[in-house]
Amino acid sequence: MKIHEYQAKALFREYGIPTPAGSDAQSPHEAQTAAQNLGVARLAVKAQIHAGGRGKGGGVKVVDSPDEVFQAAKDILGKPLVTAQTGPEGQIVRRVLVEAAYPIKKEFYVGLTLDRNLAKPVFMVSPAGGMDIEEVAEKSPELIFKEAVDPRLGLLPFQARNLAQNLGWTQGVFRSGAALFSSVYRLFSSLDASLVEINPLVLTQDDQLLALDAKINFDDNALFRHPEVRNLEDPYEVDPLELEAARNDLNYIRLDGNIGAMVNGAGLAMATMDLIKQAGAEPANFLDVGGGANADMIAAGFRIILSDQRVKAILINIFGGILRCDVLAKGVIQAASRENVEVPIIIRLEGTNVEEGRRLLNESGLKFAVAQDLKDAAEKVAALVRS
Amino acid sequence: MSILVDQETRVIVQGITGSEGRFHTERMLEYGTKVVAGMTPGKGGQEVLGVPVFDTIAQVLTRMEADASVIFVPPAGAADAIMEAAASGLKVVVCITEGIPVLDMARVRHFLNERQTVLIGPNCPGIISPGQTKLGIMPGPIHKPGRIGVVSRSGTLTYEVVDQLTRAGLGQSTCIGIGGDPIIGQNFLDILKLFKEDDQTDAVVLIGEIGGRAEEDAAQYVKVDFNKPVFGFIAGRTAPPGRRMGHAGAIISGKSGTAADKIAALKNAGIHVVENLGLLGETVKHTLKL
Repeated sequence: MKIHEYQAKALFREYGIPTPAGSDAQSPHEAQTAAQNLGVARLAVKAQIHAGGRGKGGGVKVVDSPDEVFQAAKDILGKPLVTAQTGPEGQIVRRVLVEAAYPIKKEFYVGLTLDRNLAKPVFMVSPAGGMDIEEVAEKSPELIFKEAVDPRLGLLPFQARNLAQNLGWTQGVFRSGAALFSSVYRLFSSLDASLVEINPLVLTQDDQLLALDAKINFDDNALFRHPEVRNLEDPYEVDPLELEAARNDLNYIRLDGNIGAMVNGAGLAMATMDLIKQAGAEPANFLDVGGGANADMIAAGFRIILSDQRVKAILINIFGGILRCDVLAKGVIQAASRENVEVPIIIRLEGTNVEEGRRLLNESGLKFAVAQDLKDAAEKVAALVRS
Repeated sequence: MSILVDQETRVIVQGITGSEGRFHTERMLEYGTKVVAGMTPGKGGQEVLGVPVFDTIAQVLTRMEADASVIFVPPAGAADAIMEAAASGLKVVVCITEGIPVLDMARVRHFLNERQTVLIGPNCPGIISPGQTKLGIMPGPIHKPGRIGVVSRSGTLTYEVVDQLTRAGLGQSTCIGIGGDPIIGQNFLDILKLFKEDDQTDAVVLIGEIGGRAEEDAAQYVKVDFNKPVFGFIAGRTAPPGRRMGHAGAIISGKSGTAADKIAALKNAGIHVVENLGLLGETVKHTLKL
């Protein structure tokens, strides 16, 4: 799960990570008031959307007065912001962050994420801040420093000092920097983050370290023990169909094609998407109804696919294990009886209670084509694409 | 023969009193698995399907011997359940649970590094040696005893592959789902080493997916040190970067973990990569001239 910069900075302050003074605003007037309260000469107005690349997309403006903040907020709010990560339609900006802007001496990069191979959180820091870190890693790997943390021990004080030294910090900055790394780790492990990134972390003219940007992603699997984090989710940032799917405990991801797919199991769902592509079509979605789906969940999944206007055909591919084929059939019939199904449906059923599932479907009056196996399913999709 | 588990393996079911635990215990008993005890904290003294239930694994082991456990404990307690099983010295622990926080699993991994226990999963269908025993949730009847080893990160995709093998007349020595999470116990590489030593396994089918580098590591091993034919399939060629494809571990991050990279690594290691999943069974049969 992702959150906004202003939310991440609030968490930073809670954990003692210094951030610029500022507050969020949902209207130009609010932004102006926020600027007046800050009482500083230079101010930054930053669009709050999840996608990166906001600066290049025109979503960050640095200005010199509360009046200019009003104008900047007016220019940004309520309009779609297009960045390299949003796609061509952009994301509507509903909130801005108004912050004091400081004269900066130097920029750094700080990232903390889990290395799945080591099974350890790993700090990655660099004196080349404010840049695309993947590019830095590729072009000048000598500018990247890493420190792997034993998850049972946490970040040890000497590791924090090593990181501070790697960034060339001395004296007071060395001490406050080491403390900052400890705070970042504490936040990461206390809240089950999957990523904490500060890009850039800046050293101001008066030698203060400040998190100028803040990005935190959370482990979805751990949200059950952090209700306060779950509350930070912005539903406007989630595709409406994906939101509806999540409410029904379904794994759904919207893609760009026109063949809807309903599958049980993530691996088989991915393989089915690939199969659709190989047949010359494009999948409209990834939908894993999971192992423990009941008829209502299947029906919800089917409705979600049907409500996607781009979908021209549906492929249902179920290998019954825990999910029984008769349960699948009941769910599909339940949904189809309430909706007007106008697109062709191809159903491939195999596994637990397959006979009962096929019987229910045959007797339901629903129009569909049966695929004998995956090869057959692919050929039937391809035939549809050609026609 | 088989790897890790056979008809002699004595199994404890952790979380046997829950609906999933009970349902699959029944399926395992039907298959012939020696389920000797169940365990749910606070439910000791009960019986489930004739299997005695205990409060702790330590208590089970004062009454009887056991070799392995299967875990159906909800995510909040699953990491603890794995460590309890490992601390008790069980040889094989299969964790079915989906949705364990990844930092919990990071700690589990380091806990296991100091012990002999072999962990399969989490977020996996388990392990089956057809005709002998199954520790997991896969449908038994699609399997058939034979000489092909199967190892996979997925559940239903594995059933699909096994079903094709069985229909093509190719039985299986052991089939293992290693799990779809970013941090798991055994990886492809570990399982390949076991298949290498198993004289009842003639060839291996490896089913990978996007994310991480386990397939690349396996390919490197196959290239230098594996002596049997390997068939590979990689799911997720059409997956967009940065989106988690159901499995927590199936995510392309930055430029790493793509299907194209993995397929290239497998091919480079001399692994027969099957591009069209629908043809996997036929391809294995044809290539091995069986």
